Amino acid sequence: MRSLSVEQLNLINSMANKHKAIALISGGLDSMLAVKVIQEQGIEVEGINFYTGFCVEGHTHAIRNQDKEKQKRNNALWVAEQLGIKLHIVDVIEEYKDVLINPKHGYGANMNPCLDCKIFMVNKAVDWIEEHHAQGFDFIITGEVIGQRPMSQLKAKMPIIAKQSGANDRLVRPLSAKNLEQTLPEREGWIVREKLYGFTGRSRKPQIELAKQFGFDDFATPAGGCCFLTDKSYSDKLTDLWQAKNAKEYELDDIMLLKVGRHVRPKANFKLIIARDSGECKFLEGYRKEFISIRALSHKGPMALVDGDIDEGDYDLAASIVARFGQGKFADEVELDINIPEQPSLQISTAPFANENMLQEWYL
Amino acid sequence: MSRIKIDLSRMLCPMPVIKTQNQVNRMLSGQELEITCTDPGALNDIPVWARINGHQILAANQTDDEVIITLKVGG
Ligand code: SF4
Repeated sequence: MRSLSVEQLNLINSMANKHKAIALISGGLDSMLAVKVIQEQGIEVEGINFYTGFCVEGHTHAIRNQDKEKQKRNNALWVAEQLGIKLHIVDVIEEYKDVLINPKHGYGANMNPCLDCKIFMVNKAVDWIEEHHAQGFDFIITGEVIGQRPMSQLKAKMPIIAKQSGANDRLVRPLSAKNLEQTLPEREGWIVREKLYGFTGRSRKPQIELAKQFGFDDFATPAGGCCFLTDKSYSDKLTDLWQAKNAKEYELDDIMLLKVGRHVRPKANFKLIIARDSGECKFLEGYRKEFISIRALSHKGPMALVDGDIDEGDYDLAASIVARFGQGKFADEVELDINIPEQPSLQISTAPFANENMLQEWYL
Repeated sequence: MSRIKIDLSRMLCPMPVIKTQNQVNRMLSGQELEITCTDPGALNDIPVWARINGHQILAANQTDDEVIITLKVGG
């Protein structure tokens, strides 16, 4: 009979003791620190990032001119690279609709359903672990800090997220763990509770301090949250979209377009999305096959899309508003092209809409 | 070894990365994938994604309107 060498036995033992965690990575500092704290305890970590369509990452920097100079990087990927971990990015656009449209726990200050969103994401991580059971993930970590954000990160909410996501005591928040109940990995001795942290409150100082200790710099510290739904102006546009549709529903294109251009709704049945620079013009041009679009011919001016069911009788109003955003705004008359998908385009000559007649409430 | 091509034009990041990832997950080690996209951010994001997940970038080129990246699926 063959017997195993001491080295082989040690290897088997160490493999048996090796635990793995999956970490929710947003691209911000907190999840980055949470992973590092757990890695320091010898746990192998992989990252998971959920793309809801509202994430601050990507997009607008690809669209607007002024952002072109900024380094184009996806912070979730950047964080994963700094930590030396794999990152799985999961498209949850469709499933997320129900979270945003019917949040059981309601919205935060704007259209952000943070508590439902956290429950949803941790639950998706639980599903991921099950689907990839062969890879042997034992627990989930997040960068949540008690009291950091008003809605989802109150101490009383932490057990709700653990319970309703189905993660239960397999959910570890390394940055606030000392203020929370013991979790399975702590009880089992996979990780040492004393080496976790007890951060609470809105101050970012302890995190910045810990980042320094780990030698992290250049990390992203988004002001609001991890997504556009915490932004007031974005939320207002989303609410307007639902009102106009007479239903709480959206497609990816709808929510992309909310990030682009100036939105002006002069009548209930349509709004104009008017580009603010050449980057946005180019982006909106990509939608010419699906939307009616308007652009000045006689003067330089922005590209504009018409969203909604515009009547032919409104073409003049729409064209005159678009005319006032171009170089012909002081001209007596501007000639514009109205491009209608699958129909011959129309040319219209009109006086630019007078500034004093533009109502403030038209601007979304 | 076969080479597969995917066109991800007009998609905005991170969709090109997600589609690349999902395609690579269906491929075998050593196969090549050529990705065409229009979001300039992909020129950075796809190589980073490939690096951290153990795939090799064979080429990455940008023209005025397109980014074309070729990668080799890792083990
Ligand atoms: S800020 Fe957005 S992504 Fe972050 S928890 Fe709230 S709803 Fe979810």
